[in-house]
Amino acid sequence: MASVSLDHALILAAILFAIGFAGLLARRNLIVVLACIEIMLNAAGLAFVAAGARWGRADGQVMFLFVLAMAAAEVAVGLAIAIRFRQSLHSLDVDDADEMKG
Amino acid sequence: MTALFWIAAVVAVLSTLVVVTRTNLVHALLWLVVSLFAVAVVFYTLGAPFVAALEVIVYAGAIMMLFLFAVMLLNVRADSPVKVPGWAWVGPGILVALLLAELVYGLTRTSPSLAGAEVGPGAVSAALYGPYVLGVELASMLLLAALIGARHVAARARDELEAHEAFARGAAAFTPDDATLEHEPAEPAPAPDEEWPPAQTPPASPDGAWEGDA
Amino acid sequence: MLSLLWLIPTLPAAGFVLLVLFNRRLGRTGATWIGAGSVGLSALVALLVCGSFVVSPPAGDAYHQVLWTWLDVAGFAPSIGFYLDAVAVIWALVITFVGFLIHLYSTEHMEHDEGYTRFFMYLNLFVASMLVLVLADNLLLLYLGWEGVGLCSYLLISFWQKDPQNVYCGRKAFIVTRVGDTAMIVGLFLLLTQLGTLQIQPLMHAAQAHWAPDSGVAIAAALLLLGGAVGKSAQVPLQTWLPDAMAGPSPVSALIHAATMVTAGVYLIARTHVLFQIAGDARLVVAVVGIVTLLIAGFSALVQHDLKRSLAYSTISQIGYMFLALGVAGWEAGVFHFMTHAFFKALLFLGAGVIIEALDDEHDIFRMGGLRRELPAVFWTFTIGAAALAALPFITDGFYSKDLIIATSLGSVDGNAWFYVGSIVGAFLTALYSFRLVWIVFFGERHTEVARRPRWRQLVPLYVLAALSIIGGFVWMPVWLGGFNPLQTFLDTALPATEFTGTHAAFADSALAAWITIAIVAGGIAFSYLFWMPWRESTHAFAESPAVRPLTVFWMNDWGFDWAYDRVFVRPIRWLAHVGRHDAVDYIFRGIAWVNVAAWRTLSAGQTGRLRGYVAVAGFGIVLVLALVVLR
Repeated sequence: MASVSLDHALILAAILFAIGFAGLLARRNLIVVLACIEIMLNAAGLAFVAAGARWGRADGQVMFLFVLAMAAAEVAVGLAIAIRFRQSLHSLDVDDADEMKG
Repeated sequence: MTALFWIAAVVAVLSTLVVVTRTNLVHALLWLVVSLFAVAVVFYTLGAPFVAALEVIVYAGAIMMLFLFAVMLLNVRADSPVKVPGWAWVGPGILVALLLAELVYGLTRTSPSLAGAEVGPGAVSAALYGPYVLGVELASMLLLAALIGARHVAARARDELEAHEAFARGAAAFTPDDATLEHEPAEPAPAPDEEWPPAQTPPASPDGAWEGDA
Repeated sequence: MLSLLWLIPTLPAAGFVLLVLFNRRLGRTGATWIGAGSVGLSALVALLVCGSFVVSPPAGDAYHQVLWTWLDVAGFAPSIGFYLDAVAVIWALVITFVGFLIHLYSTEHMEHDEGYTRFFMYLNLFVASMLVLVLADNLLLLYLGWEGVGLCSYLLISFWQKDPQNVYCGRKAFIVTRVGDTAMIVGLFLLLTQLGTLQIQPLMHAAQAHWAPDSGVAIAAALLLLGGAVGKSAQVPLQTWLPDAMAGPSPVSALIHAATMVTAGVYLIARTHVLFQIAGDARLVVAVVGIVTLLIAGFSALVQHDLKRSLAYSTISQIGYMFLALGVAGWEAGVFHFMTHAFFKALLFLGAGVIIEALDDEHDIFRMGGLRRELPAVFWTFTIGAAALAALPFITDGFYSKDLIIATSLGSVDGNAWFYVGSIVGAFLTALYSFRLVWIVFFGERHTEVARRPRWRQLVPLYVLAALSIIGGFVWMPVWLGGFNPLQTFLDTALPATEFTGTHAAFADSALAAWITIAIVAGGIAFSYLFWMPWRESTHAFAESPAVRPLTVFWMNDWGFDWAYDRVFVRPIRWLAHVGRHDAVDYIFRGIAWVNVAAWRTLSAGQTGRLRGYVAVAGFGIVLVLALVVLR
């Protein structure tokens, strides 16, 4: 079977990252923001795996594993914060948290 | 393999686009699950079946479930009123386009093809128990920290809620009296508002504090 | 005895210091004793010192006492020293003696005033400064006294400081004299840099030695000093402050603005007469200033309604006579007129003070009248003063001094017919306006009732000054009356005698010229009687008639000087201050601050507090950095 080109995998990762970033900038719902962060992390992991596959080593997958662990941890805390956020500000609009204004 | 790769890639990109643009939160999350599945397939085509499985189990399975649980707990309305207007995408769009252009340009200087060989779970595990064992320990500590932290953050939320409800309950039967006022500890008591939380019968269990309208 | 010279200015200065330090604790009695007593003691010492000087004059007809060196910078070392010669003797005696009489008068005149102690404080400081001025042996110390009297004049004119009008008058006096003072200090700079010293006697010698007659620098220095003299002595064109200075209490007007401070200019010119002898053109300017001033002020005095203002204009006019005398090198005549003028002008002002007090602060002469029987003592003394002012022949001192000046204006080598005619006309005017006051205030029907009468402390000075106004002239009789002139002999020791060598000298010195003067004066008195006694209504009608009224108003407003100064100087400066009130230079600094604040506002606007904004900025940064990395 023909192998997948590294370029393409990396471009895919870049596109996914870009979409996640755009969503992060444009969306105001806190949960969606967290989801976009997950998208970006996932894209980064994809890049790692593709790089590891290029050299035929396990290192890329190991990095992906760590990224995964970190993403999980981050989601857990992030969602807890989202709950507190909702409780204090009574909305899930990220723009409502502007006490650092000025 | 490359055909599979391309199909999976297109699915991933399209579903990610949908995720970012849906106003319905649960729909967006479900589309994210689809995207993650597609990326898992991509992993498989890259010769990394282990991480493909991990992607499905952990990412699509655990993390997205966590999201959906949170959404359920937060009682978010299905169609949130916050709609992103069309022109709000212009700025991020331009910025992201620039970013993408740079990334693509930077990543495609050389174009070697892939080794093609499959790197299975065995090799990964050997790496994990080998040179990356420290990383594994650290990752586990990170997870522990996240676990405890998330519990604490959420617990405080619950405590505040209970205090609030107790006050709401007590305020109805409380007649202001100068003598007792002096003995009152200076507790910031937020004025009870209609939205959150509504004055209701106290929940039976201390954990079920999320009832009522939001 | 002569070594007590330094006490003369020091005693009033000590009085001032004591009054300042122990203001509260002294009370009325203490202030009276210290205030009037210090000047009285000083008068006593002056009498002793000057008596000793006259009886047994020291070598060189001058006594020089140096106390210490004031400063010593680059070879310039003025000293605190006093110099007593004939001129200084006359001035010192007048200042201390007339000053003491006025202090005595003030103890009763100001007794109901709440600023009683403050008044004596300022008066003592004034007397001390004036004495420093006349006794100084160098021009810098003289200038110290000069400034001191200027300060006291300001303080005392605006004594009743609660009324802003009084403060305005004080300020006006200070600022106008300041113009003169600036000219004077420039003159002092010129003298110092050109001749190397400011000690008066060495300076005069140096000027005579180094400067050719009529040289530009001599004329410049003399004119600059004249500028100072003109300011302080209220001559044209800086005479506008003196009529307004009448806002101060009457003793102040008597002491400062009649007898002493305004004569400081005369003193200065007499002291530096060598300079003026060298600079003939400057002398001419002095004479012209004198003649112009005496005529202008004479006409103005004729139409005033306010009693003190009328006397103020007469002061300006009489000092014009002194300047005229100095200008035609009649140095001694000028000093003589100063002495007689001090007596009768102080008398007139003190009398005016009594009248104003008696009529409960009434200043308008047309609301007085018929006071002859109510205040007889004042009537007689005031009339004697007015007679002296008018130069009533033979029995008043004013006659002798004024006649001397009139003769000198024609007979001196610098004299000419114009000066003579002008001074004759001036004498006629003087007689006219001085007796006008007498007729209007003391005769006719009473318009205001007498509220209080003077007592001995106010009356005794009036008597003493009236006596002096009569006998004071007998120290220098003209030749055709016997020529008894001890004063002239005395002054000859310090001042050069006038050269009576003008083209009409013989005529000027003759009895005929004197009889002409007598006739003019008598005519003036007679006409003033006619105008303001039997023909009063027609005189008033004439003055109010549409043809004459503008002239009357013009004279009353000091020939438009105030109006002119207001338009030319005061308003433009006010406009400039108004326009520049935002301080253009300040704009630069405010601009810097403004830029900073604007930058802060702009940057703060970027701190929205919103997460997405910050992420966008971070993203933008990433794009930039990546661009650098990728494109390198």
